[in-house]
Amino acid sequence: MLRITNLYKLFNPGTVDEKTALAGINLHLNAGDFVTVIGSNGAGKSTLMNIISGSMKPDLGDVLIEGQSVSQVPEFRRSRWIGRVFQDPMAGTAPHMTIEENLAIAYKRGQSRSLRFGVTRGKRAMFREQLARLGIGLENRLRAKVGLLSGGERQALSLLMATFTNPRILLLDEHTAALDPARAELITRLTEKIVKDQQLTTLMVTHNMEQAIRLGNRLIMMDKGKIILDIGPERKKTLTVEQLLGEFEQISGHKLTDDRIVFG
Amino acid sequence: MLDSMQGAVELGLLYALMALGVYITFRILDFPDLTVDGSFTTGGAIAAVMISAGYSPWLATVAALGGGLIAGAMTGLLHTKGKINGLLSGILMMIALYSINLRILGRPNVSLLNAETIFASISPIPLMIIIVLCAKLLLDIFLKTDLGLAVRATGDNPRMISSLGANTDYTKMIGISLSNGLVALSGAVVAQQGGFADISMGIGMIVIGLASVIIGEALFGSKTVFQATLAVLLGSIVYRIVVALALRVEWLKTSDLKIITAVIVIIALVFPSVQRAWKQKNLAHKRSVELSGGER
Repeated sequence: MLRITNLYKLFNPGTVDEKTALAGINLHLNAGDFVTVIGSNGAGKSTLMNIISGSMKPDLGDVLIEGQSVSQVPEFRRSRWIGRVFQDPMAGTAPHMTIEENLAIAYKRGQSRSLRFGVTRGKRAMFREQLARLGIGLENRLRAKVGLLSGGERQALSLLMATFTNPRILLLDEHTAALDPARAELITRLTEKIVKDQQLTTLMVTHNMEQAIRLGNRLIMMDKGKIILDIGPERKKTLTVEQLLGEFEQISGHKLTDDRIVFG
Repeated sequence: MLDSMQGAVELGLLYALMALGVYITFRILDFPDLTVDGSFTTGGAIAAVMISAGYSPWLATVAALGGGLIAGAMTGLLHTKGKINGLLSGILMMIALYSINLRILGRPNVSLLNAETIFASISPIPLMIIIVLCAKLLLDIFLKTDLGLAVRATGDNPRMISSLGANTDYTKMIGISLSNGLVALSGAVVAQQGGFADISMGIGMIVIGLASVIIGEALFGSKTVFQATLAVLLGSIVYRIVVALALRVEWLKTSDLKIITAVIVIIALVFPSVQRAWKQKNLAHKRSVELSGGER
């Protein structure tokens, strides 16, 4: 489904600030894989996400979706295959537009936008049905401005907008990191449900070790622009946070450091 | 007094189309577009030259609209494909349009006295009410279509809309183009009502447009698109009434019009933020008193 070959990305090349964000990433996701990604500060997790989504271009290497190279395809065109939820709850929705208008925009993902009405009666019924799946009462607030929603509600809406058109690949970039624990738990539960119901091929960056182990069928660990550990479904079932930390120290030779990391 | 009020309403309606255009760039796209000063004249020039050459005034008016659409598209190209800062691309286009407008006009001004304009058989106020309302309703409808929603989201959250598959270069160009089309249309009707097109007729238009948008939104609200566009139209009329009243003050001259406009815009911009800050402070104080158990 998603194949990444020998990906390199440098920042500020040729200057004293040169930094290798990605140093030869190879990754292959099968259809239906749910892969969680953890790693220390500056490991290149976000850069990897940005390159897959097309908001950054790699310096070397290729990204293939269903066997087709998309390196030269701009972000807005790649969105036909890729749904994405950002860390910032404000990033995924338009605050001055209503819930139904936001959904109408997401509904047209990857299609041409014409002069037909964005919100029709038929679509409104469908939006209501989809919002009801979130179970937080948004289905009764179709005409509320999104800016009036709480961070958790906005992130739930972003998640729905990224997924309800069944993208080939779902990218989640620490999408629960900016929320308080209760809301983060709600979004995590919704994510699990949606990914399972729709069998979405998912790549999720997280700073929460416990979550990384609990969710998905595969876990990868990144350090200094490389994938240093790739744990399959069998081992993942019995994995603990301590084992994971130990493994990380052994391979990388230093402790896992991230100012936001949550161990369990 | 009544005469000057009627004159103010008439002017307000003529310039309301320009204010709608400014609303699209300034509020919807969040793009301060200075092309307006040039494209307004472009509209007036195209209409005046075509009418004095014997073309139908309606055809001339539509051609003016087309000229504005092209001018706006050029600014959009400079900004999106040329990656030039938004303000600067508008200024560049405004300067370029000055020469283009002179070429269109052929001389600094073209008179339309005795020529047949769109106001030949209907007086300006009723005809302008029809034109302005049509423009407003068409814009409202456009902003509710799939394309219109994408244009609005481009101004509201560009990162989101490109992750959802809209080409923001394209949506920006559509918005800027549409905006300048309306501005040029306004220039065309102003030239026909005034009986001439002049190379300097567009100077300061952007500020008048901003004044109309800000006054309208402050007085009439902007909760929905329908309400906001209506507020902009009414704002344009209120602005003209305020100017008419200001000019009745004895020691002010007609030449002070620009500074009056600037002062109105400054007041309209500063007042809401000062008011908000004051309210916030009061509320915070009140809540603190409540939390401290009523002691001061």
